[in-house]
Amino acid sequence: MAKTVSPGVLALRKVVEDVYADARTAKAEGKLVGWSSSKFPCELAEAFDLNVMYPENQAAGIAANRDGEIMCKAAEDLGFDNDICGYARISLAYAAGKRASRKLDLETGEYVIDPTSGKPLKDENGNVVIDPETGKPKKDPKTMQPYTVIDDIHEIEALPEGREKELRKAAIKPYRQMQMPQPDFVLCCNNICNCMTKWYENIARMCNIPLIMIDIPYNNTVEVADTNVAYIRSQFDAAIKQLEELTGKKFDEKKFEHACANANRTAQNWLKVCDYLQYKPAPMSGFDLFNHMADVVTARGKTEAADAFELLEQDLEENIKNGTSTLPFPEQYRVMFEGIPCWPKLPNLFKPLKENGVNVTAVVYAPAFGFVYNNMDEMVRAYCKAPNSVCIEQGVDWREGICKANKVDGVLVHYNRSCKPWSGYMAEMQRRFTADLGIPCAGFDGDQADPRNFNEAQYMTRVQGLVEAMEANKTLKEGEDK
Amino acid sequence: MSTEILLNEFKEISEHPYKVLSQYKQEGKKVIGVLPYFAPVELVVAAGMVPMGIWGSNKKTIALAKEYCATFYCTIAQLALEMLLDGTMDQLDGIITPTICDTLRPMSQNIRVAMSEKLPCIFLAHPQYRKPAFGLQFTVDQYTHVKKELEKISGTAITDEALREAIKVMNRSRAARRAFVKLASDHCDVITAVKRSAVLRAAWFMEPVVFAEKLEALNAELAQLPVADWKGKKIVTSGIICDNPKLLQIFDDNQIAIAADDVAQESRSFRVDASEEGDPMMALAQQFADQDYEILLYDEHSSQNRRGEFVANLVKKSGAQGLVLFMQQFCDPEEMEYPYLKKALDEAGVPHIKLGVDQQMRDFGQANTAIQAFAEVL
Ligand code: SF4
Ligand code: SF4
Repeated sequence: MAKTVSPGVLALRKVVEDVYADARTAKAEGKLVGWSSSKFPCELAEAFDLNVMYPENQAAGIAANRDGEIMCKAAEDLGFDNDICGYARISLAYAAGKRASRKLDLETGEYVIDPTSGKPLKDENGNVVIDPETGKPKKDPKTMQPYTVIDDIHEIEALPEGREKELRKAAIKPYRQMQMPQPDFVLCCNNICNCMTKWYENIARMCNIPLIMIDIPYNNTVEVADTNVAYIRSQFDAAIKQLEELTGKKFDEKKFEHACANANRTAQNWLKVCDYLQYKPAPMSGFDLFNHMADVVTARGKTEAADAFELLEQDLEENIKNGTSTLPFPEQYRVMFEGIPCWPKLPNLFKPLKENGVNVTAVVYAPAFGFVYNNMDEMVRAYCKAPNSVCIEQGVDWREGICKANKVDGVLVHYNRSCKPWSGYMAEMQRRFTADLGIPCAGFDGDQADPRNFNEAQYMTRVQGLVEAMEANKTLKEGEDK
Repeated sequence: MSTEILLNEFKEISEHPYKVLSQYKQEGKKVIGVLPYFAPVELVVAAGMVPMGIWGSNKKTIALAKEYCATFYCTIAQLALEMLLDGTMDQLDGIITPTICDTLRPMSQNIRVAMSEKLPCIFLAHPQYRKPAFGLQFTVDQYTHVKKELEKISGTAITDEALREAIKVMNRSRAARRAFVKLASDHCDVITAVKRSAVLRAAWFMEPVVFAEKLEALNAELAQLPVADWKGKKIVTSGIICDNPKLLQIFDDNQIAIAADDVAQESRSFRVDASEEGDPMMALAQQFADQDYEILLYDEHSSQNRRGEFVANLVKKSGAQGLVLFMQQFCDPEEMEYPYLKKALDEAGVPHIKLGVDQQMRDFGQANTAIQAFAEVL
């Protein structure tokens, strides 16, 4: 993808880095650190100045760092079936103390290098160097990595002070998602899925910590009924009480309002950024939005997130003026990418899109996270509108809205093995997209976190099929225009 | 009536729900399909209609449901949809679709879309906060919606009196089933695993009063018999459902009796009664609030392992030597609670096995081997 990174993107990255760093500092200082589901009303925790981490965001990061599979397997060894959402499995393994670690040789204190890792060595002319002994390409030693193994922080903790303990601590992978502090409390909101409920209960049990729950029942109508609002409002009050007990502080109305204002600003700026995908050609690769979601999830109640999105907006405005884009190829087709991407396989996802000039110009996260509210009741209603908590009509409406506004030629649907509530009505949605918008749709099987569930060959074929259908549509349209 | 005649009757009904449904229709009755879990069937009864449970099917294969569903959903939900699509359920007058798990959420939408021209679908979203006043109120709100929709179908208003009467009927049916489960253990020589299941399964298809009367009669007969001098093993079953006669035959063939169960379609569905006094809608809400030790419901004491320990205790109290867990494939709620169930069982010294099952299984060779091996170590 684009090599130069714009100020907005840098700022967005820093926001997330800081959220993690602040939590690590807080933990080191003996302050409380919580874990929260992505669409828990963060405004409540912000009112108490709490440091909060987001396991879904963490799991995505772990998966993107290629440790999704080993962490999923670690959870399976704990008894969690491989059918459970990959985010949940990664998170549960982590909560249990499992860590992806670099394999150690305890005698030498060095990491054991995996001979199959790394990129081929190239000579000064850029040609691959062949090992005369094996006849196979030589590996560039600088790119080779140690084996990844699972370690356990509780086991490490139980070791006597000394060399082994230090070495094993240091061998845990250094990236931020593998260095996230353990929780002192959990904040669970099941608007996105009910899997959350028992997932967080499991964490509470494993770590013997309090759980603060916000239950948002699934909704069958586009409107959110007043009875639902009343039910959830009462829970906000109960959650505030629990947080007061937990922190020993009083609920700070001012801070709460400030967080709400920030969350609204972040949402508005997020929407503005997403709207840049309406330009044809677009000034960015829509896949970028998946990365920026981290900010919406982990920091939407913070000033810095709102500011960073503003910066990104400026970058995009510049791109429009200069006729440039972060998309590293000319845009020929525009699609909506439905679902969460397969994080461990991002390059593989991107490859055929690049080859065929397909830009993702719509993702449902745009409307789903762009919620703005003016008062507590509206805030409740906003939290009722999560990707998997809404009825099919609302889901279709969101998607068709962005498909039209962002002028997509087709839809690529990820049947995500991890996410039952999401994938469960996609087939019907696909039919509606085609009927209502006259655009082709193609589905593929994958998983957001567990690479074992992604079939690259199938994906390539499906993208190919979609491109052909979009091409046929285009030709037809051009014919009509003549 | 003799025990045998009664058991045969239950078996017939259990095996041929379609016939039962057709019979009701011939009698001019209205029938409401009820999907899992925790739907207030009392409201259906109070509306003068027959509730009919839909728990997938042991005989069908997923075909039409593929139009709506990817493969990674439990067969219970997929086959329910299949039977709605293939016409098996055409005689229903309505269907209640609860949405307590992540499969049932989107499934409620698929069903509503697929049935839009055939059948009114009554949506139901239970709260996870069941006990606080606001949770009770929300349950009442949801049940009020269900009530109104049922009234539209039946064409009559559901009075408090009728509802209280329905609660009494369902309490009676639940009490009879609880008593039966105990008697079935005491008389496991007569009530084999296959027969036990047929009785409990029939409850989902029969008119509640009729069922309660018949089961009370059976219970009375059983109570007369001497307690079995059982030489075989006894176990507790756990899981969402285990009502396949072929699968259960393995227990009978190996002299394994079911002492008690922690099965959603069986005991989990009749553990809790509703109050017969006071506001009947609130009584139903309170009944839901009282549901406990559930893989599907939020436990506010989440840092404890209450459900695991409850099940381990159940095994001990029932006099069983072990537990057989029937894990429905793709049932993430049940899977999510397995590690802590295992922990509690291990700590209590209760041996168990976990068998992966689904309703399209036709060959039980593997299950047979596993159950036999398990029986040997008990
Ligand atoms: S919404 Fe889907 S992907 Fe996200 S945690 Fe829930 S089941 Fe997993
Ligand atoms: S609880 Fe499990 S078996 Fe029941 S419908 Fe949900 S996923 Fe299927």
